[in-house]
Amino acid sequence: MSNWQLICKLDDIPQLGARVVRRPSGGDIAVFRTSDDKVFALHDKCPHKGGPLSQGIVHGRRVTCPLHGWNIGLDDGRAVAPDVGSCAGFKVKVEGGEVFLAP
Amino acid sequence: MSKPRLVLIGNGMAGVRTIEELLKIKPGHYDITIFGAEPHPNYNRILLSPVLAGEMQVKDIVLNELDWYRDNDIALHTGKTVVKIDRAGRKVISDDGGEEYYDRLLIATGSTPFMLPIPGNDLPGVIGYRDIKDTDEMIDAATRHRHAVVIGGGLLGLEAANGLKLRGMDVTVVHLGPWLLERQLDEVAGQMLQKSLEDKGLKFLLQKQTEMLVQGESGRVAAVRFKDGMQVPADLVVMAAGIRPNYALAEKSGIYCNRGIVVNDTMQTYDPKIYAVGECVSHRGIAYGLVAPLFEQAKVAANHLAGYGIGRYTGSVTSTKLKVTGIDLFSAGDYMGGEGTEEIILNDPCGGVYKKLVIKENKLVGGVMYGDTADGPWYFQLLKDGRDIHDIRDSLIFGQNLVGDVGHAGNNKAAAMADSAEVCGCNGVTKGSIVRAIKEQGLFTLDEVKRHTKAASSCGSCAGLVEQILASTIGGAYTPAASDSKPMCACTEHSHDKVRKLIVEEHLTTKEAVFSELGWTTPNGCEKCRPAINYYLISSWPNDASDDPQSRFINERAHANIQKDGTYSVVPRMWGGLTTPSELRAIADAAEKYKVPTVKVTGGQRIDLLGVRKEDLPAMWADLNAAGMVSGHAYGKSIRTVKTCVGAEHCRFGTQRSMDMGVKLEKMLFDMYSPHKVKLAVSGCPRNCAEAGIKDVGVIGVDSGYELYIGGNGGIKTEVAQFLCKVRSDEEVMEYSGAFLQLYREEGWYLERTCHYLERVGLDYVKGKILEDDDGRRALHARLLDSLKDARDPWATSREPGAIKQFIPIAVAVDA
Ligand code: SRM
Ligand SMILES: Cc1cc2nc3c(=O)[nH]c(=O)nc-3n(C[C@H](O)[C@H](O)[C@H](O)COP(=O)(O)OP(=O)(O)OC[C@H]3O[C@@H](n4cnc5c(N)ncnc54)[C@H](O)[C@@H]3O)c2cc1C
Ligand code: SF4
Ligand code: FES
Repeated sequence: MSNWQLICKLDDIPQLGARVVRRPSGGDIAVFRTSDDKVFALHDKCPHKGGPLSQGIVHGRRVTCPLHGWNIGLDDGRAVAPDVGSCAGFKVKVEGGEVFLAP
Repeated sequence: MSKPRLVLIGNGMAGVRTIEELLKIKPGHYDITIFGAEPHPNYNRILLSPVLAGEMQVKDIVLNELDWYRDNDIALHTGKTVVKIDRAGRKVISDDGGEEYYDRLLIATGSTPFMLPIPGNDLPGVIGYRDIKDTDEMIDAATRHRHAVVIGGGLLGLEAANGLKLRGMDVTVVHLGPWLLERQLDEVAGQMLQKSLEDKGLKFLLQKQTEMLVQGESGRVAAVRFKDGMQVPADLVVMAAGIRPNYALAEKSGIYCNRGIVVNDTMQTYDPKIYAVGECVSHRGIAYGLVAPLFEQAKVAANHLAGYGIGRYTGSVTSTKLKVTGIDLFSAGDYMGGEGTEEIILNDPCGGVYKKLVIKENKLVGGVMYGDTADGPWYFQLLKDGRDIHDIRDSLIFGQNLVGDVGHAGNNKAAAMADSAEVCGCNGVTKGSIVRAIKEQGLFTLDEVKRHTKAASSCGSCAGLVEQILASTIGGAYTPAASDSKPMCACTEHSHDKVRKLIVEEHLTTKEAVFSELGWTTPNGCEKCRPAINYYLISSWPNDASDDPQSRFINERAHANIQKDGTYSVVPRMWGGLTTPSELRAIADAAEKYKVPTVKVTGGQRIDLLGVRKEDLPAMWADLNAAGMVSGHAYGKSIRTVKTCVGAEHCRFGTQRSMDMGVKLEKMLFDMYSPHKVKLAVSGCPRNCAEAGIKDVGVIGVDSGYELYIGGNGGIKTEVAQFLCKVRSDEEVMEYSGAFLQLYREEGWYLERTCHYLERVGLDYVKGKILEDDDGRRALHARLLDSLKDARDPWATSREPGAIKQFIPIAVAVDA
């Protein structure tokens, strides 16, 4: 069952940047936008030591964690080798310039 | 559409490395087929010596398991020798009659041991030393036979002899030359080496010419006879008298060869569809026999096979190390010296240490070290960089520690370190785990070790030590980085220097232009190159290029330092370290209002408010702005602090008004971005209470004016600032220091602090620009002021619409 929620306009997220979505239960979600306007959502918690991935530098299909520089794949939430670990992903879609999240 | 086909002949170190490099930069581009005459996957040939010595096993030295070939869709034919290349039909034919078509062919057939052309050289028990088969045969012979003779006292021969001795054989090394390793060592070091090998039980016969190998009753070799009639018993003869490039197949197929397959600087043979790398190649007349240069060749060949067409191989300087446990020996470059060179020699026969450095025109051109080789990699780096050494010449021979060019002083006896000793303090990596990663994952370069272990990937002060561990683990095979031409990152072949120059010359003003003009291999760079390029763009074209926040590290994007728990710290600027009761009151109010858990006085003479939530930053800044305070840029590759002492304003010794001078400098530099952070200090007299001697620019008041010092650093490695000049007025302090900082802004590489910049270009160069060229200096200062003319407080601009979005989280109503 999809319970899509409108979160923002695509343009509210900078290209190669991210926004934080705050859930009532805590556990922030980072929503990323790539240079080709694809949008991805991950748990905002690096598998290394919990750094906020939303604050990292986005490049290609990856984000670099701001704390110790691990690279995490945006599409699969997995740390890029040789690092090992992964973080949960969430469903997102863009329709008519608006971003929807199934948190 | 089917892919182009790439065939590799030779499943050895250089060929497979080329494929690895290719897969890294253009995965999936070719259908790849590999032929290897040996029945094994690619393994680390240089570690055959530790295998023979019983220190490692064959399974430990495999570099690419069969799974690797499968995962990368490579068709591997082991145990098949290519016997013919049909260039017209564009196919190769193997000894089992199989055929394979190619669009591009890569030849990496290595070399073969040179078998002395003497009677008996084909007897059973006479072998070369090249592959797993030879090694197995030696190990087997050691269990059945007693006497071994190794012909050739070079690196390979000595490693073979050492291994056979350790396996219990009685070993004699026969050598034609006047001393051992005469191609790597001078006479003194050669004799010291012989002495310690004799202590290990090896026997030597020098300047002996072998006449023939004598057959025994069993049909196997039984003795070696020399020209002078002498004869020694031998049940095993290992020929280690040199190698010959293996180019017969190429030559037979009509590819131009001349003591090797002749290639150009792109590793292409005379047939444009065919490339060649490794020991089988002759490049500018040289055939290399060590892996470090072969890996450089592999990188270049891969780039051209990928169709990028950049990168040239222009030859290598090599260094060698003998892999005999307990013997430390290192040599590099032109170690013999001669006409026009000078030598510095340290000879301590009792301590078993010998070092010789060869210097030409103030540059290190070669060296030999015996007994204590810990500084080998450091010397090799100096040699490759061509660094001017006249300023460190006095203590050069005593090594990096005494010169002070090292992070963790006293720790650089890499080989002697215990496995449990911590090498990288930032990431808690021990020597043992680095050595394990090097062996298990087949690592050869500092970058690879950084990636796999995280050692040296943070502050970098242990990089030298990690290189030494690399060198002592894998011998001459490690590839030291040549810093001046090192690529910026894995996205490009270009160095910082090159990128910076092209941005200026081609008037590039956006990162997209840089990526497409310079052939970046990734769509939008990575976390390493993006911030650097952004800096180069805005510092080269302050009026044309616009800043790209998404290319900045979070601290610069959020104008605050991120903390380990994701909160931020706020440091208001206190000009020259001065504050007022009302500012302090405003800080206190803000700390209470936003529930700041920690308030701390920093080492930079100001106050840090630590632990602020990101969403509170804009409001807190608004409060501080209202009290007249602005950002302290404590987070930026930018102007940080100008520390001052009380000076002539109050101090009984003060000669100049240091507080006032400091405030003026800080106001001039406000909002200045730079390759790395910039810190200044102004002291009112030579007692120097503001510690101006370890600042990027240090100003010390004296009776008649000010002394200016540049390039100091109090961080990872303390560096004392160097005296630039003396000036008379406050205006001159601003002009000279501003001009120096602008020069650094225009020429420094990203993340290079002033001390490193100064080390690279030299103090004389800077003096030429600042002291000897009055117009140039004024122009530099003017450019600095021009680029700062629109400076605004980032705490204020961040609150404007658009910019503020990043601070506001999006709330959702329900969880899931
Ligand atoms: C706050 C402060 C420590 C303190 O409580 O006193 C500090 C804190 C940090 N320093 Fe520092 N340094 C502080 C004074 C210094 C000093 C002393 C000084 O400025 O007089 C030094 C040595 C002087 C020098 O830089 O030459 C210093 C040498 C470093 C270095 C090593 C730089 C180097 O080139 O070797 C780093 C690492 C870097 O910049 O890459 C660093 C990095 C850091 C960072 C920014 C680490 C980071 O990237 O997160 C720390 C941020 C902590 C935080 O969460 O806010 N900090 N740091 C000081 C802030 C001064 C200020 O008011 O702005
Ligand atoms: C015991 C030993 C110790 C060494 N120690 C060091 C050291 O400490 N430091 C260092 O830098 N270097 C060292 N070397 C040298 C280093 O191993 C070589 O420089 C390197 O392996 C050369 O790589 P290559 O790819 O050119 O050749 P190789 O690694 O020899 O690969 C060539 C491969 O091609 C295969 N081949 C040949 N012809 C054909 C054909 N027609 N069809 C199919 N396959 C074919 C061969 O069987 C071989 O497997 C050492 C070498 C040995 C033997
Ligand atoms: S404040 Fe500086 S010295 Fe202290 S832990 Fe952080 S980086 Fe290290
Ligand atoms: S927390 Fe992300 S890299 Fe350490």
